Parts: sequence; structure tokens; C-alpha cells
Amino acid sequence: MATTSDTAMKQGNSQEESVAPIVAVKDLRKSYGDRRILNGISLSVTRGETLAMLGRSGTGKSVLLRLIIGLETPDSGSVCIYGQDIAGLALDRMGDIRKKMGFLFQHSALYDSLTVAENVAFPLEHHRRDLSRSERDDRVKELLGEVGMEGGLQKMPSEISGGMQKRVGLARALALEPEILLLDEPTAGLDPISAGEINDLILTLQRERQMASIVVTHDLHSARTIANSLALLDQGKVLIEGKFEDLQQSDIGFVKEFLQQS
Amino acid sequence: MNNSEPTTVAGASSPLLRPRVIPIESAAASVGRMANEFLEWFGNLGIFFWRVLKAGFTPPYEWRELIRQLDEVGSKSLPLVASAGAAIGVVLSMEARYTLSRFGAKSMFPVTLVYSVIQVMGPIMTGLIVSGRVGAGIGAELASMKVTEQIDAIEASAINPYRLLAATRILACILIMPLLTLAADASGLLTGWVAQTLVEPLSFHQFIESGFHGATFNAFLPPTFKTAVYGLIIGLIACFEGMRTRGGAEGVGRAATNSVVLASLFVILADVVLVKFILVFFP
Repeated sequence: MATTSDTAMKQGNSQEESVAPIVAVKDLRKSYGDRRILNGISLSVTRGETLAMLGRSGTGKSVLLRLIIGLETPDSGSVCIYGQDIAGLALDRMGDIRKKMGFLFQHSALYDSLTVAENVAFPLEHHRRDLSRSERDDRVKELLGEVGMEGGLQKMPSEISGGMQKRVGLARALALEPEILLLDEPTAGLDPISAGEINDLILTLQRERQMASIVVTHDLHSARTIANSLALLDQGKVLIEGKFEDLQQSDIGFVKEFLQQS
Repeated sequence: MNNSEPTTVAGASSPLLRPRVIPIESAAASVGRMANEFLEWFGNLGIFFWRVLKAGFTPPYEWRELIRQLDEVGSKSLPLVASAGAAIGVVLSMEARYTLSRFGAKSMFPVTLVYSVIQVMGPIMTGLIVSGRVGAGIGAELASMKVTEQIDAIEASAINPYRLLAATRILACILIMPLLTLAADASGLLTGWVAQTLVEPLSFHQFIESGFHGATFNAFLPPTFKTAVYGLIIGLIACFEGMRTRGGAEGVGRAATNSVVLASLFVILADVVLVKFILVFFP
């Protein structure tokens, strides 16, 4: 029989789990040749939290996402996913961690020799071998339905618009029901209506799935809509992190200028 | 004399005919840099091969992709290889007939044609044709996937790209090369016989009988199966060049060109080594 102190401890543990960072980045540095891109970035994201990374072009926002998913290796610092430092992990071991992550690439990166449906089915074919063909097809339709892409399953990526490609990319990122979602410029290059639809979609997914998300964007309106907190990057560092109101109240010149121009 | 002093090769006042200046020191430095780059390339190729081996020998195995690649590399190369084999057969037949006639050794025609096609021309010609068709295809395809982040997307989906993309393509090249060589050999022998019989009738049975008279497996199997090594070279170099490319369309073009040129070069170099190896171990 559990004692009161046991129960209290369990409650404490579950509370700790809910606030423990799922993604923790510490003092991350990355250079390409002589060019320093990230200069000691630290941040963390917990379950159900959405962090929007803002900043000028070339400040290393996309590089940060690639470091978090292990597509690049940092010069120094650490990236911990569920407390596991991913530095030096073998590709297959890293694969186990990546199954819990979904990544939407800036240019969608759809497989151009596969149809829309095959793109979304691709991760399922490799990681959900327990699913029958018809179950997989149903799951693909369900995922594409979630992102508003019920039609055009047999179209090739080159036959659909940029906004549609983003939706398909998002459906593919969600295929393995990730607990961590990394979105690189989800609304870039989209018209305001499509951008709004993508924002609504991300919000709905957050509400329903309680994922830990990091969104890289230039779009301040989008960041305000979908994120719980915002981080502004400048010269490879996080200049300020907090709610939108915190950014508004900041006295830092660059923050003021960024908000005015956005 | 100061080594860094430039050497003037020609003198002219026109800007187009400006004296060519060869800085001796920098020429030496550039040779050193090229040697360094070559060693670096080899080192990276070795690391890439090790990764592919590790990925290829551990499950899950990508059977479906392997079958797709066998079709891509094999079935689609067959018409080209067979046509080239046929042309080589006709040329060899004409050349052999003329040369043997001059030395009064026309009776040696079948055996000359059979040995030339099966031991020499069939394997190397298949290697070079596959280097061109498949090497360029794999190099360009993977490079295009690389520059459009599709390979990153595969990796981000927790799928090992060395296993899915490289191991399957390399294995397909290894498995299919001896079969394509057999097709080229058969095609070459057939057209060689046709070319001969149009000039001087010779039954196919007689041609085969005297062509293969006294032949052993050692005479024909090693030259055919050595092409599996060509397959390894072609697949490995094309996958390596494709998966490490950078830049946009220019990078894709460079990867395709490098794949063809380097694969062809290494196939020829490997042939030198393998012929010696076969002569020593399969006399």
C-alpha cells in the first residue's frame, strides 16, 4: 500500500517530469570556417511549450534546428533530448531519438520522385511495419486530412503550390506522432490566408498533442499566434527570451528596432 | 636564384597576349595541395565506405529499394550494354579475320573472338558503359537529393541514408555487373559470328565448338566475376560523390561528372590489377 509520503513523492516526480525540459540546449557554438554562426546559445523547451526563434536572416536559426535534430554537429556545447546528450551518437541510435521528433524543412524537402501520399507514407513504411497496406493508406489520408490536403494524393510535389508542399511536409513530420516538433519557417513565402491556416493548424496540433515545439520564423505575427515564448537571436546569441510583452518592454535597441520593423 | 621569382614565358603588349607568369613556388604548392586533396578524398571515401558497410550489414534491410535498384541498374542498362557488345563483336570479327588471314591462321578465328570478347572486351566495355550510365545517374540523383535537403529529410525521419540510398545502390551494382557482362559477351559473340558468316559461312555450332575448345572455367569465370569489383567501384564512387555534393545545379553537375570520370578511371586501373591477379591465381 502506498504511503502518503510515497504518493506525495510520485506527484512531485510527475510534476518534475512535466516541467523537465524535453529539449535542452546548452552553450551551443557552431562556426563554418571563420564565420561564427552560433556563439553560446542556451535554451530549453518543455512538454506543451512552443518556443519561437526570431532574428535576422543568417543569424543561425535554421542551423540551430539542424543541430537539435543532429543533422549537424556543434563545435562545442550540448544538445540533450529527454536528458540524453546526442553528441557522438551512432546514426541508428540517433534514429531512435529522431522517431520522437518531427521536422518541417524550410523548403519542405519533399521527395520529388514520390507522390504526395507516398511522401507521407514514407516514415510509416519504414517504422510502422506492423501496419497493413490499408491501415497505412488510412493513416496517410487521416494525416493529410488534418493538414487540409484531402485531395491530390497522387500528385507529385512539383504539381502542388508552395503552401500545399508545406502542408504535406507537416503531415510527413507528424506521421510518427512526434513528441517534439521542429518547424523551420512554416509560413515563409505563403500568402496571408495560407499562413493563417498553417498557424491555426499548428495551434490545433499543439492543443491536441501537447508537443514540445521550436518554430523558426521571421513572421512576428505568426510567432505571437503560435508560441508561448519568443527568443530573439542576434550575432549568434539569444538576445532576449520571454513573452511578447517582455520583448515589447525591452530597452535593448535591436529588440525595439526588430519589433518596429516587423 | 630566388625560387619565388616568377618565370616569364612570353612577352607581348596586348592584354590578351599578356606574358604568362608561372610562379615556381606556387606551382610546387599547388602540386602539394592537389596531393593533399587527393589523400583527403581517399580518406573520406574510406570513411564513407565504412559507414555504408556498417549500415548495410545491420538490419533493417531495405529489400524493396534493392529490387528497385536492381531494375534501375540492371534492366535499364541491358539494351545499352547489349548494343555496345554487339558493335564490339562486329568490329572484333572484322579485325580478327583480317589480321588472322595475313598470318594464315584463319582457323583460329573462333577462339580468338571468344577469348577477346569474354576475357578482355566484354568486361571492360561493360564496366565503362555502366560507369557512364549508372555512375552519372546515381551521382546526379543523389546530388540532387542532397542539395534539395531530401537526404536530410530521410535522416530526420530516423532512416539511415547510408543503408537506404548507398548500400542498396552499391549492392545492386555489384550483383548486376557480372550479369550485364554475360549479356554483353553473348551479344558480342553472336554478332561476331554473324559478321563472319556473312563473309565466309560458318555454322554457329562449329563456331562455338572451336571457340570454346579446350576452355576451362578458369578461363572465363574470373574475367566475368571480376566485374563485381567494377560494380563496387562504380556504385561506391557515384554514391560518395552524390551524397557529399554542395551547391545547387552546379554541384549536381559536378557530382555527375566526377562520378563518371572517377568511376571510369578506377575501373580501368582496377582492371590492370585484376588481370594480374587472375593470371597469378587462375592461370
